[in-house]
Amino acid sequence: MNTLQYRPRLAAAALLCLALTACKEPPGARYVPDPEDTKRGLAAIERTGCAACHEIPGIDWPRGQIGPSLEGFNNAGLIAAALPNTPENLALFVRNAPAAKPGSTMPAMPLTEEESRDVAAYLYGLDDE
Amino acid sequence: MVSTMSNPASDIFDAWWGWPPPVLDPAGPYADSVVVLAWALIGMGVVVTGIVVAALYVAIKGPERWRARLGGEKAVWIGGIAFPGVVLTGLLVWGLTLTASLTEPVPEDAMRVRVTGYMWWFGVEYLDEDGDVVMRDANELHVPVGRPVVVELFSEDVIHSFWVPNLSGKEDMIPGRTNELVIQADSPGRYGGVCAEYCGGPHALMGFVAVAHEPADWNAWLAGRRTARPVAADQDVPGEVPAILPAVEQTGGTNLAGRQLFMDSGCAACHRVEGTEANGLVGPDLSHVGSRLTLGAGILPNNRGTMIGWIGNSQAIKPGNRMPSYDMLSAEELEAIAIWLEQQR
Repeated sequence: MNTLQYRPRLAAAALLCLALTACKEPPGARYVPDPEDTKRGLAAIERTGCAACHEIPGIDWPRGQIGPSLEGFNNAGLIAAALPNTPENLALFVRNAPAAKPGSTMPAMPLTEEESRDVAAYLYGLDDE
Repeated sequence: MVSTMSNPASDIFDAWWGWPPPVLDPAGPYADSVVVLAWALIGMGVVVTGIVVAALYVAIKGPERWRARLGGEKAVWIGGIAFPGVVLTGLLVWGLTLTASLTEPVPEDAMRVRVTGYMWWFGVEYLDEDGDVVMRDANELHVPVGRPVVVELFSEDVIHSFWVPNLSGKEDMIPGRTNELVIQADSPGRYGGVCAEYCGGPHALMGFVAVAHEPADWNAWLAGRRTARPVAADQDVPGEVPAILPAVEQTGGTNLAGRQLFMDSGCAACHRVEGTEANGLVGPDLSHVGSRLTLGAGILPNNRGTMIGWIGNSQAIKPGNRMPSYDMLSAEELEAIAIWLEQQR
């Protein structure tokens, strides 16, 4: 008898869930990088020492605090609160942040263009779970 | 193989976990004999383990007659006393003789350097024939290929141990005492080193890098170090500008500001920068920090980003190290200091 009373609420909750899931595609579906690229990207990140300033999933040490954490990067909003969050923009930014976003507090980093694309691939390839 | 010059993740990790293990991958004569000793000990370990396992098997599953023999007095005398007595005494004598031969006699044509252990970094001083210091640096030692290098080992605080596994065994750095170790690299390359004696706090992040150059390259490196002082461009004391020194390429317009910030922020209390009023001796000498391969004592690659990260928040990178995080400085100020330090080559 009680279950009958609650049915409208259940229906409303289910509808709300459906509506929420429709708001955004699952992050993984937006951009799926090549595993080879992400592997090279991680190596480039280690070699360049990005983790001196950023907490980066997959890197146990160091976990720099002076820059923003890159946890869940593929689910983030704008890059550096300025650029549309696309792999191309991210590659541009990690290589030469002051050029990509004038006034950026992140300096240009010693990465080749190809390495910067790999780094972007790694950051987008991170698993959200 | 050592890591290639352009492609190291971190020297300290290469020293511990490089493949093949650097301790079994000698790059010079003083490491060769250590590796022979290591293999002999590994071999003996395998043999003894094999004998013990076989004896155990016999004791549990073997025929009655064998078991009786294994448990008899004769087996104890031979297997328990005579065999280990002879083998261990032999290994001890051989091992001690071999390790003693690593420092005696000191080669005639050896170059001399002094490496001093601090919590948690290595001070490096290059010495001339008279034992006078000709150049100071930190956490990095450049040597010519094929020439023995006598390393005088000191400590300023607690006991550390100097170990570049590709180049030699390890030797303690003891306060109030000078130990000597000879190293030599027979092929050019970059060899990671570590402190091999627990010295508190971030001991595990106390690293070192030895770089071996072909003799001609080493001479060029030395000449470059001696002339590249970037004093002329930013020296703001009139009348004290050494005329012979060329200006180093300027990066952006923040150079003077960076120098000023370095002095005003108190960096000079602990760090020395040759040719400036910065004269602190408590922290690593920064006269050549711009040309160093690593930051934080062998743990980070050296670029503008890591320099900013290190100055701004060294405590997050190497917790407990004696440099405070300069998080009271703005990003622009940190970058200005980093740019000025980059120019100290």
